Amino acid sequence: MSRYVLDLIAVRLLIAALTLLIVSFAVFFATAMLPGDTATILLGQAATPEAIAGLRSAMHLDDPAYLRFLRWLGGLASGDLGTSYVNNVPVAQLIGGRFVNTMRLAGITAMFAVPLALTLGITAAMFRGSLYDRSVTILTIGVISIPEFMVATAAVLVFSVYLKWLPALSFANDVTSVWQLLKVYAMPVISLTFVVAAQMIRMTRAAVIDTLSTPYVETALLKGASRPRIILRHALPNAVGPIVNAIALSLSYLVGGVIIVETIFNYPGIAKLMVDGVATRDLPLIQSCAMIFCVGYLSLITLADIVAILANPRLR
Amino acid sequence: MTDKSLNWTSSDDAMVESAIRRGATRRELLHMLMAGGVAMTAGATILGRATSALAATPKSGGHLKAAGWSASTADTLDPAKASLSTDYVRCCALYNRLTFLDKSGVTRMELAERVESSDAKVWTVKLRSGVTFHDGKTLSSQDVVFSLMRHLNPDVGSKVNSIAKQITSVRAIDPLTAEITLANPNADLPTILAMHHFMIVQDGTTDFSKGIGTGAFKLESFEPGVKSVAVKNPNYFKSGGAHIDSFEYFAISDDNARVNALLSGDIQLAASIKPRSMKLVESQPGFALSQTTSGNYTNLNMRLDMEPGSKADFVAGMKNLINREQIQKSVMRGLAELANDQPVSPASIYYNAELKPKAFDPEKAKFHFQKAGLVGQSIPVIASDAATSSVDMATLVQQAGAEIGMKFDVQRVPSDGYWSNYWLKAPVHFGNINPRPTPDILFSLLYSSDAPWNESKFKSTKFDGMLVEARGLLDQAKRKAIYDEMQVMISEQAGTVIPVFLSNVDALSAKLKGLEANPLGGQMGYAFAEYVWLDG
Repeated sequence: MSRYVLDLIAVRLLIAALTLLIVSFAVFFATAMLPGDTATILLGQAATPEAIAGLRSAMHLDDPAYLRFLRWLGGLASGDLGTSYVNNVPVAQLIGGRFVNTMRLAGITAMFAVPLALTLGITAAMFRGSLYDRSVTILTIGVISIPEFMVATAAVLVFSVYLKWLPALSFANDVTSVWQLLKVYAMPVISLTFVVAAQMIRMTRAAVIDTLSTPYVETALLKGASRPRIILRHALPNAVGPIVNAIALSLSYLVGGVIIVETIFNYPGIAKLMVDGVATRDLPLIQSCAMIFCVGYLSLITLADIVAILANPRLR
Repeated sequence: MTDKSLNWTSSDDAMVESAIRRGATRRELLHMLMAGGVAMTAGATILGRATSALAATPKSGGHLKAAGWSASTADTLDPAKASLSTDYVRCCALYNRLTFLDKSGVTRMELAERVESSDAKVWTVKLRSGVTFHDGKTLSSQDVVFSLMRHLNPDVGSKVNSIAKQITSVRAIDPLTAEITLANPNADLPTILAMHHFMIVQDGTTDFSKGIGTGAFKLESFEPGVKSVAVKNPNYFKSGGAHIDSFEYFAISDDNARVNALLSGDIQLAASIKPRSMKLVESQPGFALSQTTSGNYTNLNMRLDMEPGSKADFVAGMKNLINREQIQKSVMRGLAELANDQPVSPASIYYNAELKPKAFDPEKAKFHFQKAGLVGQSIPVIASDAATSSVDMATLVQQAGAEIGMKFDVQRVPSDGYWSNYWLKAPVHFGNINPRPTPDILFSLLYSSDAPWNESKFKSTKFDGMLVEARGLLDQAKRKAIYDEMQVMISEQAGTVIPVFLSNVDALSAKLKGLEANPLGGQMGYAFAEYVWLDG
C-alpha cells in the first residue's frame, strides 16, 4: 500500500473525528433547546416553583450550558454515558440490551438485503434495457415510493390478521429457537429490506452501467471478452467505490431510521428508546442515543470511503 | 360479534348489558331495542347474547396478554410515582388499596375491613387479618403507616403529595388498626384511599423493582418501557384469587398496530382505541368493545383575568356558541356523554342531574358578543393534539362563529410542551382533565381560588367556603345539596366550557370475559387482570 493511500485514509479518519465533535456540539445544544425540562416533567404539573428550583440545582440543570457540555463531553470521552434523569439508571445499562436488539435487526436485514440488492442491481445492469431490467426498475421505483409504515402495516394485515402465519408483534427478547427467530424477525426484516434494498439496487445498477460506458470496458469488448467477464473482471472492480457507498448509506439508515418499524412491530430497539427519552426530557439518554446513531452513520460512511480508496485501481 | 343486525354496534351491546345490570326487565329491554330500530327477532338474539355473557361462569387458567398505549423508561412499580395507565395496571395487579371504587362509583373495602370516623378528622382503619405479602410477611398496620406517610416525604416525589398533605399523622394502634389524623375534616377520605397511588406497600420498602405487594399477582419480570410478566398469587386473600394463571402487559403506542395485534390473536386486550379503529374491530367476528365514560373531558378555557375573557359577555357568548350535541355526534362519533360545563361526571353519586347543558344558540351568542363589543375582532383560540379532539372542537367553534360574524383564529400548536407552554397560560385555550374520584378533589384542584390548575382563574370566596364546609360533612344528603349548588356556580360563572365527557373504548377478544366498565377509567379502572378470565 502506498504512502499516498495511507495519507488519504488518515485524512478520512481525521475528518470523521472532527465531524463527530461538531455533531456532539449540535446534539447537545439542540436537545438543550427542547421546551420544558426534566425537573418540571418529573414533578408533574402541580409542583411548586421552589420544588422545581430545588430539583434543578440538585440535578445541575442550572449550571451554564458550556459547563454542562464540557462535563458531558468529558464523560463521553471516558466512556461514561451518564445517568438517566428519569430513573437514575446508568444510560449505558438502558441502552445496552436495546442496542443489541437494533444491531441484530440491522444485521439480519443487511444479510438479506445486501446480496439481494447486489444480485438484482448487477444483473439488471448486465441485461440493460431488457424486460428483466425494466421490471426490476419498475418494481424498485414502486417500492421506494411506498412509505415503510404502509409496507409494514400491509404486511401485518396480510400475514398476521388474515392469514395468521406470523405474529403481529416482534418480541426479540422471547426468542428461544430458530423457528421462533424466523417468525419474530420475518416481518420487520421484510419491511426494512423493502426500503433499503430498493435504494441499493438502483445505485448499484447505475454504478455498473456507468463503468460499462468507459473506454477500458469498450477495449475489453473489442478484445472479445465475454459479457460476464467484462462485467465481473473489468467493470465491477471500478464500480466497487460507488456501490459500497450506496450500501453504507442504505445501512446507516438501519441504525437510526428504524423507528417506524420498531413502533409498528413493538420491537424493543434503540430508536424507540430515544423517543421515550424525548417525551420525558431525559437529556442524557437522548444525547447518548443521538451520538450512537451519529457514530454508526459516520463509521459506515468512513468505512465505505476507505474501501473505495483501497478498491480504486488507479491508487494502487 | 357474529350477528349482523342492522346498525347495531358493540356500544349498543354495552348499553343493553348495563341496563340488565341495573335490573331492567326483558320487556323494558325489548322496548329499548324497538325504539332503537331493531326488529323483535334481532332484539331477542342480542338480548340472549347479552344475558348469556353475564351468566357465564369464570374459568381458571390461561396466559393473558394485554397492551396499553404508552410506556417509557420512566415506567415504575412504585405506586406513589405511577403516572401512566400502564403503571396503574401493574400496580393494581401487584398491590391492593385499603378501599376501592366499584363499578357504580360506591366505595368498598379491600385491605381494610372498616374505615370509620365520628368527626371526619380522626379516622380509624381496621385491617383484614391474615393478609400476606408475596414474600410471606403478614400485613400489619405498620405497613399502612409507612405507605401513607411516604407521600408526605418530598424526596419520594409522590404524584399525590398535594392530596396527602392534609394527613397530619398516621399511627399504628395495634397490629391491625391504624389511625389517620387529618388537618381538617374530610369525609371523602375512604374514597381518596381508593386512588391508585395509595396502594399499600411493605414497611421500609425503598426498592420497588420487585413489586412485592399483597395483590392477586406476583411479579416475575419487569423491564421498564418493554413489558412485565406476573403470575397468579396462590396465597391471595380474596377467595379463589385471580382466574388467569399469568398476565403479560406491555404498550403498543401505535393505534393501528395495537388493533392489528388484537385481530391477529397476539393479544387479548387492546386498551383505549380510537373511534376510527372501532369499525375495523366490529367488522371482525370474535372481537368486542368495552366502553367506559369515566369523567375524562376536553374543555375550552377562557381566562377571566385577561382580555377577552374578562368581559363576562364573551364567556356567556362562548357557552352559547358551543354545539355540544354536534361535538358528541360528529367529533366524538357518539363516544361521549353530554356534559353541562362542570367537572363532576354523570357516573358520580354527586352529579347534579338537574343542571342541563346550555343549548346551542348562535343568536344569543351573537347578542352577547355584540354587547361585549367583540364582533369583527379576531380572537385567537389555542388548540393542540395534546388535548384530545380539541382541534376538531375548535374548528366547530370557528365555523359557528363565522356564521354570526365572529372571527376565531384557531392556532394549532404542537403536543410536545403544550402543557407547560400553553395550558393555563393562553387567554383562550383547550385543556384535558383526567377523572378524579371525588368532587372535592376536582373542585380543589380546578376551581377553588387557590387551585393549582385553576384554568379560568375563577375566584369566589363563597365557593371556597362551600368547599371547606362540604368536605367535613359526614351527612351525604347535605353534601350532595352543597355540591349541586357548586356545580351550578361553576357552570354559570367559571370561564370553562366542558362540552362532553369522553368515552374510553377498549377492544378485546371475545375469549376474554368478565371485563366491566368502571368509573376509575378504562380497562376496568385498570384493575381488570384480577377479575377477567379466558374462555376457550
